[in-house]
Amino acid sequence: MTSPISTGTAPTVSLAAEVKAIPLRRPWRWISAAVLLAVVALFVESLLTNKNIEYPAIGRYLFDTHILAGVWLTLVLTVLSMVVSTLLAILIAAMRLSTNPVLSTLSWLYVWLFRGTPLLVQIVLWGYLGLLYSRLSVGIPLTDVVFWSVDTNSLITAFVAGFLALTLNEAAYSSEIVRAGMLSVDEGQREAAYSLGMSPLYTFSRILLPQAMRVIIPPMGNELISMLKNTSLLSVIAVLELYTQASLISSQNLKQVELLAVVSIWYLFMTSVLSVPQYYLERRFGRGASRTLPPTPLQRLRAMLADRTRPTETLQVKP
Amino acid sequence: MIRESAPSTTLQAIRPLVRIENVRKSFGKHEVLKDITLNVNPGEVTCLLGPSGSGKSTLLRCINHLESIDGGRIYVDDDLIGYRQQGEKIYEMHPKEIARQRRNIGMVFQKFNLFPHKTAIENITEAPTGVKGLAKGNASKRAMELLDRVGLADWASHYPAQLSGGQQQRVAIARALAMDPKLMLFDEPTSALDPELVGDVLDVMRSLASQGMTMIVVTHEIGFARGAGDQVVFMDGGVVVEQGDPAQVISAPRHERTKAFIESVLK
Repeated sequence: MTSPISTGTAPTVSLAAEVKAIPLRRPWRWISAAVLLAVVALFVESLLTNKNIEYPAIGRYLFDTHILAGVWLTLVLTVLSMVVSTLLAILIAAMRLSTNPVLSTLSWLYVWLFRGTPLLVQIVLWGYLGLLYSRLSVGIPLTDVVFWSVDTNSLITAFVAGFLALTLNEAAYSSEIVRAGMLSVDEGQREAAYSLGMSPLYTFSRILLPQAMRVIIPPMGNELISMLKNTSLLSVIAVLELYTQASLISSQNLKQVELLAVVSIWYLFMTSVLSVPQYYLERRFGRGASRTLPPTPLQRLRAMLADRTRPTETLQVKP
Repeated sequence: MIRESAPSTTLQAIRPLVRIENVRKSFGKHEVLKDITLNVNPGEVTCLLGPSGSGKSTLLRCINHLESIDGGRIYVDDDLIGYRQQGEKIYEMHPKEIARQRRNIGMVFQKFNLFPHKTAIENITEAPTGVKGLAKGNASKRAMELLDRVGLADWASHYPAQLSGGQQQRVAIARALAMDPKLMLFDEPTSALDPELVGDVLDVMRSLASQGMTMIVVTHEIGFARGAGDQVVFMDGGVVVEQGDPAQVISAPRHERTKAFIESVLK
């Protein structure tokens, strides 16, 4: 540690020499870290010694078939709702930005309605759609002609109701993100596209949207994660996702805390995994934004390992 | 200067490629173009000079309908721009028809406006493949020829952020040329460039002029106007103050306002 200081041959140091300054002392960092560690240790201790938690039960239920089925359904609902709602959001944002007053008003109304009412209320409403319309039919309005008719509850199952509620609600939020992204693109881009003879639709999809993606993706990552967690709200209409499965089990064995721990572990795991694709998407749509692309996590890991080995090599060379 | 015959000296009546007739344009209450009438013959280079706010850029943007006009008519190759006329009535055009008209009119912007998410060659091939339906191979081949012509054959796979301003502007010129336009509009193409990069861009424009491209250039480069221009138009306050032969307008302006402007620019 002290070798760089003692080996410094002070009088002959040239002006071009490397700066080897003694680091500034920062005692408060050490003190605050120690306090924090103590608090965390106390909390962990209170959990570990708590007789109300049966730890083996957490391990037992973590890979229970019902829990795994719940995890699967949660993922399916999240991905499906996210994909469909994103497409819908692009459509709604395009409508809102269009010069057509009918489309932009319709888009505004949609966002107003779906963003202005609680998600929980929307979920229950979709779940109870059968109470509002007992049958859904396709026909000619104001006549008796009916081409197709179905019992509402057989078409809108709990899964479908949950999917619709999550998707339609999310589309309202995402559309504002997409719109903000579109507004962030320089007006000159539209003019350049128009001057090359591109139509408004072509300009939107090929020139403006890809550039807007750079701004859109980070907040969409947020939306994806809140979507994943919001699937737990579907327990109110008995969709058998992760949280519903866990509460069904705990209502029988009364191990509420243990099953909540299982659920939390799974949600944490899934949200961690879901932030990986975001990184790669940001990289992909960041093309051209800066002169060099940031390294992928893999490249970064390799660089870090290379860094670790380098100082030891130089240390070996020195003596 | 490089062309053999100045069109104005030929006896045969040449039909102007661009006809601007009594054009008026207002932004709110402010009238930026007041009854502008101007013709541009095929193969000619017209330079629009004037102080900022004189309406020259607005006039240029009206020619490809990036701005709509409030009065008058603009014809490019006998095609009424932005509107359809039937008898006495004028109809608004569908955006797709306007897009079709714009394919014949290339435009180069002050701030280049290259598509930042596409490489130099993708910038050039995007419109020919996506708008004209050209096969990708043909479009790439043509794009390489154009890049070579503007001296950037080695930079095809670079993104705009990796190019200097002068290189970006030359890619932008190649991009506009890829649509085989009949007319090229330049909106202060060198104003955003570092002084040492201006020359390369002007060289490309000169060679384009010598190959017979019809060009309308909004510029402050008096030297370019004098050397490459067939016609110089001096605008101020939304009107054409003076127009004519570059040597005459620049060296011996008839109007005080032109004189004052030329002096201030050459200082």
